[in-house]
Amino acid sequence: MSINDLFAASLKPVNLGLDMFADDLAEQNAAPVRMDWTPPGGGDPEVIAALSKLEVPRISEKIDAANRVALDRVLSAQPFLEGFGQAIDTVPGMTKKTILHAGPPISWERMSGPMKGAVTGALVFEGLASNLDEAAELAGSGEITFSPCHEHQSVGSMAGVTSASMWVHKVTNRTHGNTAYTNLSEQLSKILRFGANDQSVIDRLNWMRDVLGPVLSSAMELNSDGFDLRLMLSQALHMGDEAHNRNVAGTTVLIQALAPYILETDFSTKEKREVFDFVASSDYFSGPTWMVTAKAAMDAAIGVKDSTVVTAMCRNGVDFGIRVSGTGDQWFTGPAQQVIGPMFAGYTEEDSGLDMGDSAITETYGIGGFAMAAAPAIVALVGGTVQEAMGYSRMMNAITTGNNPNVTIPALDFMGVPSGIDVRKVMETGILPIINTAIAHKEPGIGMIGAGIVHPPVEAFQSALLTLAEVIGDN
Amino acid sequence: MTRHIDIRKNTYLDSVSLMSMSTKANAIEGVTQAFLAMATPMNKEVLTNLDIVDPAIEAAKPSDLMIIVDVADDALENAIDEVEDILARKNSGGSDTTEIRYRTLDSALEEVPEANLVLISVNGAFAAREARKALHADKHVMIFSDNVSLEDEIELKQLAHDKGLLMMGPDCGTAIINGTGIAFANAVRRGSIGVVGASGTGSQEVSVRVHDFGGGISQLIGTGGRDLSAEVGGIMMIDGIKALDADPDTSVIVIVSKPPAEEVADRVLAVAGAASKPVIVAFLGSSRTESGYDNVKLVSGTKPAALAAVLATGVEESTLDLHPLNLPLIEEVRAKLAPGQKYVRGLFCGGTLCDESMFAALDKFDDVYSNIQKDPSRVLSSTDPSKAHTFLDMGDDDFTNGRPHPMIDPSLRMQRLVQEADDPEVGVIAMDFIVGFGSHEDPVGVTLPAIREAKAKAEARGQHLEILGYVLGTDLDTPAVGAQIAALESAGVTIASSSTNLGLLAREFVMKGDN
Repeated sequence: MSINDLFAASLKPVNLGLDMFADDLAEQNAAPVRMDWTPPGGGDPEVIAALSKLEVPRISEKIDAANRVALDRVLSAQPFLEGFGQAIDTVPGMTKKTILHAGPPISWERMSGPMKGAVTGALVFEGLASNLDEAAELAGSGEITFSPCHEHQSVGSMAGVTSASMWVHKVTNRTHGNTAYTNLSEQLSKILRFGANDQSVIDRLNWMRDVLGPVLSSAMELNSDGFDLRLMLSQALHMGDEAHNRNVAGTTVLIQALAPYILETDFSTKEKREVFDFVASSDYFSGPTWMVTAKAAMDAAIGVKDSTVVTAMCRNGVDFGIRVSGTGDQWFTGPAQQVIGPMFAGYTEEDSGLDMGDSAITETYGIGGFAMAAAPAIVALVGGTVQEAMGYSRMMNAITTGNNPNVTIPALDFMGVPSGIDVRKVMETGILPIINTAIAHKEPGIGMIGAGIVHPPVEAFQSALLTLAEVIGDN
Repeated sequence: MTRHIDIRKNTYLDSVSLMSMSTKANAIEGVTQAFLAMATPMNKEVLTNLDIVDPAIEAAKPSDLMIIVDVADDALENAIDEVEDILARKNSGGSDTTEIRYRTLDSALEEVPEANLVLISVNGAFAAREARKALHADKHVMIFSDNVSLEDEIELKQLAHDKGLLMMGPDCGTAIINGTGIAFANAVRRGSIGVVGASGTGSQEVSVRVHDFGGGISQLIGTGGRDLSAEVGGIMMIDGIKALDADPDTSVIVIVSKPPAEEVADRVLAVAGAASKPVIVAFLGSSRTESGYDNVKLVSGTKPAALAAVLATGVEESTLDLHPLNLPLIEEVRAKLAPGQKYVRGLFCGGTLCDESMFAALDKFDDVYSNIQKDPSRVLSSTDPSKAHTFLDMGDDDFTNGRPHPMIDPSLRMQRLVQEADDPEVGVIAMDFIVGFGSHEDPVGVTLPAIREAKAKAEARGQHLEILGYVLGTDLDTPAVGAQIAALESAGVTIASSSTNLGLLAREFVMKGDN
């Protein structure tokens, strides 16, 4: 539009900066487009230099092409529930003395309170220690192998603690052939993965080992087709879940599919009844199922040369870690953040542990916080209105490579969930991925005390960007 | 302390809402603990753990809502009312009017493709990058921000020129496009006079004077304060003149600038000379008097520029109120000042207004100091005390470093005003007050206490201190110029009718008989 065309057109200004100028424009009826702008890279000159390096057309075209490949792999992934097995027989690299945990690698000494609580509880559960004190001693003795779930094709909720005899989902991405694992939901509140570890917690784990796992496993053995989890996930979103914090619909869909097979198993009616009662005791039953669905899809995108797409976001209660497609297994970390949101009565923010768990794999895939608009029933988590929840989902478009046509949000005219977080876009826009998640008490042994919203630390994305600028920008 | 327990039968609220409500209820004054939850076995267990035991709670069913509030006795009634409000969600009504805000220019321009101009006022270190994006997206740009590097400015203007776009600014935050004031601007009538200005307040002043003479503005293009430097070469000034020449709604073009580089002035005048319309040029402080082109008239100040432009639209001079210098007033003020009161102190928000007054003084005096003086031996920094005749542009970077422009925040200028009043050699303090879009909502009102204090100080030592004010603005501005003037007059401030007259009056007031 030439200068003289502008004189002949009606003025449509964009206001980038001081809001008072937008107010003045509005007062003159020149409805301005308003912006919430922040400096790229948080204003860090090193990050801006790295961004500029990746902005060179020759480089950015290469990255864009690689990101399309990575995103295509995620979108074409078809995760199927194939069955359930005990970790020792199922999860790659699992040993009797291995404890898998959430987030990037961490030593026993640096672990957060709730993760320590979960580890000691698991060692007692496995019979490796007779009480919690002994378990703590064993954990620090060097005899136990600690390893991130993500390094074993797995994800784990909250502390993510997975030990040899726990049962896990087996989910295979039939498009690409990779399999992913995650343990079973203990439901909510005073449970191991939130750091609780008293006898009631151990009793429940024993029951899960002896009844729930075997029942589910036998049920799936009767089903040679497996369940198309992507389809179920899509249904759950249409029914009002975002599949991270709200799993009411997903749990219903999942147990509805499992029920006929459970009935066909040889377990007693009492045992089957216990399984159904357990599922009915909390809506969270299917939570891990959607995590492992996301994991099976995201793993297909690992290692696409020149890609800046994030393949994992996770946290161990101390560090937040991300992995990026083009840099394979490398971790980029920053400090885990405080989750802000409503708390159970009697608790305050000072009681809350820092952000924890592999569940942010759901946001990495494009559900959870990214799909808040699908779940108006839990907008209180984002502290506000349905309108704001819509805004969150739309805002994530600014940092993602595309949208997932297979998993859509009805209220946004069936917009596909924003998928394929691009490290470049995160740093350019200053928009951090939004994660909605649960809050554990900072001390071991207590459990869940609330839920809310958290963002990854910007440092993780900064260091990823700097590495990407070296790896991609220089070749 | 009182425990208030209320069990509501068959009242369902979802657990997340209840957690959120509990959080709010715990924040009510006087409440030591509040608990709003459905009476599920788990929630009842939590209560037991908190030692909250009551038969009513025990009897409650999972479909019942439990409201338990521990509260200081005297606050009970109020607390219960507030909990009721929270439950009634009085404050959480959803609104459809939430305005969409974009985080990046890319997303804004993608969502609003009809946007045609981007106004940038973010930190100068980042402004160029955003401007580049806007220009690449074929949008016109105005950079309000200071501290954009010269290299960036040249590159951006060249890019805009190549694409036929406006790249207004940086460092001259004024424009009126299609009748809409952008950043610092005044509400003026639309008309046939087009302005291209390399000076922000100078351009504002021309537009206001044109309005005052009954004329109107077609377009006002602020090119940026460095546009006419040798380095930038007047890229935007030249494109602006050509655009106004091609604009059917513009009949006269006004150019206003601080003194340009000589070779740039030649080039600009040549382009003006090639235009098909009359062009009025005010190169403030320049010694040129002849343009060399028939259609191009050089004038000495902003008011002569506005007058010449209005006359060029065909208005009869005899129909105008020209606000001539008030000679009896000059005599009257001279009589009030003691013989030793021989200096002017100018405290300005507007850079060009400061310049114009300083040039008026320089016409008659040598000892004129300023932070924007060309003569290095007469330069003052923001921390130097005033000397002889001093004119300070308090909107200059030296003063605004790390603080808002005095057009927005006048506090620094108020301090300086009171300080200047301590000098018994000072006869006149000249000040501008700028109203309109972007400015402080009541620049006069906020300064009045300092004005009164300054006058009282002089009076206390038996002197008259003349405070001379000029309000840049129109009757259409908010606040209107008339109300601001009335407030100044009520505090004993003498009013100049234009920026040009402000400089002339200040100079004449302290002129002693024989020069």
